[in-house]
Amino acid sequence: MEELKNKNNNDSDGQNALPDERGHFGQFGGKYVSETLMPALTELEEAYKRYKNDKEFINDFKFYMSEYVGRETPLYYARRLTEQLGGAKIYLKREDLNHTGAHKVNNTIGQVLLAVKMGKKRVIAETGAGQHGVATATAAAMFGLECEVFMGTEDIRRQALNVFKMKLLGAKVTPVTSGTNTLKDAMNEALRSWTATVESTFYVIGTVAGPHPYPMMVRDFQSVIGNEARRQILNLEGRLPDYLVACIGGGSNAMGLFYPFKDDESVKMLGVEAAGDGVDTDRHAASICAGQIGVLHGNKTYLMQDENGQIQTTHSISAGLDYPGVGPEHSYFHEIKRAEYVNATDTEALRGFKVLTEEEGIIPALESSHAVAHVLKLAPTLPKDQIIIVNLSGRGDKDIYTVADIMGVKL
Amino acid sequence: MSNISKRFHEVLARGEKLFIPYIMAGDPNLDLTEKMIYKLVESGADIIELGIPFSDPMADGPTIQLAAERALETTITLKDILALMTRVREKTDIPVILMGYYNPIFHYGAERFAKDAKTAAVDGLLIVDLPPDEAGELKPYTDEQGIDIVFLAAPTSTDARLKLIAENASGFVYYVSVTGVTGARDTLATTIDEKREHIKKHVDIPVGIGFGISTTDQVKELCKSFDAVIVGSAIVKQFEDFSSEERLLADVGDFVRKLKGATKLNQ
Repeated sequence: MEELKNKNNNDSDGQNALPDERGHFGQFGGKYVSETLMPALTELEEAYKRYKNDKEFINDFKFYMSEYVGRETPLYYARRLTEQLGGAKIYLKREDLNHTGAHKVNNTIGQVLLAVKMGKKRVIAETGAGQHGVATATAAAMFGLECEVFMGTEDIRRQALNVFKMKLLGAKVTPVTSGTNTLKDAMNEALRSWTATVESTFYVIGTVAGPHPYPMMVRDFQSVIGNEARRQILNLEGRLPDYLVACIGGGSNAMGLFYPFKDDESVKMLGVEAAGDGVDTDRHAASICAGQIGVLHGNKTYLMQDENGQIQTTHSISAGLDYPGVGPEHSYFHEIKRAEYVNATDTEALRGFKVLTEEEGIIPALESSHAVAHVLKLAPTLPKDQIIIVNLSGRGDKDIYTVADIMGVKL
Repeated sequence: MSNISKRFHEVLARGEKLFIPYIMAGDPNLDLTEKMIYKLVESGADIIELGIPFSDPMADGPTIQLAAERALETTITLKDILALMTRVREKTDIPVILMGYYNPIFHYGAERFAKDAKTAAVDGLLIVDLPPDEAGELKPYTDEQGIDIVFLAAPTSTDARLKLIAENASGFVYYVSVTGVTGARDTLATTIDEKREHIKKHVDIPVGIGFGISTTDQVKELCKSFDAVIVGSAIVKQFEDFSSEERLLADVGDFVRKLKGATKLNQ
C-alpha cells in the first residue's frame, strides 16, 4: 500500500520485511488462537494481501483519510514548550486533530473498508479508553455496518463520555465483567464473541497486537502518521529528526510513527510505557520495561505475568495504556535495540498533561501525556539543534472527568 | 502405541465409544481434584481431561472461566498439578490429558515441561491456543517423551486445515461441535454428520467430539459417528454450588455413569 509506507524502506512486500509468512517478528508474533479462528485469519490475510495492492482500495483509503478524517494532520512546532524546556526543538504530530479525536480512526477506516470489501455485514471491537470503540462505531456508522463493542465495566465507569458516543453512533456496547474488567478482559470477550460469529463478523482489533495479520495490518494503516511526519519534517527542517517519542499501550500510535523511520538509523525511537505508581510497585502497565516474554491474545510478546505464567492485573491512570501486553513488533524492536522503551508514572503523565495545556493551549489525552512527560525529561538534556517529534496521539476531552476528579473539582 | 491410542483401541474393540469427562485442576482445591479423579475412574471414564487454570481463558464460556477463577484463588501452579499426577499414578493408570492455554507451559519452559510431564505420567496435552502452526516449539519435546498432542478441529476447518491437523495430531483429534466457546447447549449443530465425513477424509486416527454436550441423548446420538464424547461444562457447573464434598462426588459420579452408559447403546 504505497501511501501507507515509506518508499525508502522495505515494506511488507519486500524481501527482508517482517513479519515473515507465518506472522513472526523474530521470536515474537505468530497466530496463537484456537482452531475455530484459524480459517478466518487465513481469509483475512488473503484479503488484506489482495486489497493492499488494489488501486481502488488504496484510493478509497486515501479519500477517507483526507476528506473524512481530515488528514494530513499538522506537524506543529511547539515554540513555547521548546523555549521553556531550553533544549531540543519539539514538534507535535497532531493526531488529536483527527475526526473522533485520536489516531485510532486511521486504522478503523482501513479495517472497516476491508470488511466491506470482504462482504462482512457486522464488525466487533474491544476498547479500553473508548477511543478505538468510538472510531470503530464511527466507521461502522459511515459504512452502514452493524457494530458491537466490548468494554470492561471499570473502563465504562471512567470513560462514560465515549460510551455515550458509541451508543449515539448506533453501536451496541457490551459490558465485560470478567477478570479485571478492563481492556484485556474486553479483548478476551471480543475473541470469544468472534469465535461464535466468525463466519459473518469482522473483528476490528485496535492495536498492533493480536494474531497475525493484525499487527502487520494495523501497523500499515497507522504508518500514515510516520509517512506524513517524515515528509513534513524534511520540508520544515530539511533533515530527519533525532528522536521520535510516543506512548505505548498496545503500541499502535508509536508503531505508526516509528515504522516509516525504521531504516533511518540516525533517528532514535522512544516508546513510553505506563509506569502507574512506578515500575518498582505492582501497580503499572510497563510490559517491556518490567514484563517477561509470553503468549496472550494470539501473539508472543512481552507481558505482565507472574512466576506461573498467569497474566497480572495492570494499572494506569489512562485506560488506553492499561493493558498487560504490547505489540510483537515492539518486542522485536526492543530485542534488536532499534527502539528504546522507557516509562512515565501517573504523576509524571499528569504533569505532562498540565504543562502542554498551559504552555501550548493543547489538552492532550492522558495516554499521549505519557509521551509529553518523557519529553519534559529528555528535551532539557539535549542541545538546541536537536529535533524531537512527539506523537500527540489523542485529545484529552475524554479524560476531563478523571483529571477533575484528581484535582478535587466537581463538574 | 501411546496409552491414549491403546485405550481407544481397547474400548472401540468392545463395541463401545469412549467417554471423556473434563474437570478443572484445583477447583476448588487439589485435594478434591484427586478424589474426583478416582470417582471419575470408578464411574466409567475412559480417559480424563484435566484443565490447567489460566487467567485469560479466551476459548471458554462462563462455566469454565469461573472454574479457572476458583482454582486460581488457591494459587495453584503447573508444578502442583504435576505433583498431583504423580500421586494419582499410585492408584490409577487411566490416560490423562492436560488441557489448557500455552502461556503457563511456555513460562515453565517447553522442554522442561515435557520431561516433567512424562515423569508425572501425563499421557497427552491439549493446548487450545497452540494450533499446529505454532506447535513446532513444543512438539519435538513431547514427541521425544512420547506424550500425545491432541489438536482441535472446528466446524470452520477447511481441507487444508484438516490436512495440517492430521499430519500433526496423535492420540485422537478433538472435533469442536459448535462454532463458539465451551459451554453446555440445548441443541447442537445440525451439520455434525456431514462434518464427520469431511474430517474422515483427512484424519485416520480416532475423532472425539466436545463443546456444548450435556445430556445422555446427545451422547447417544453423537456416538453413532464419533469415537469419543467429551463433556466439560455440564460437569464443572456442578462445582459452582455444592452442599458437601461427598454430595458433589456422588452427584458427579452418577452423572458420569449415566453419560458413559449412553456410549454403550449402539452395539
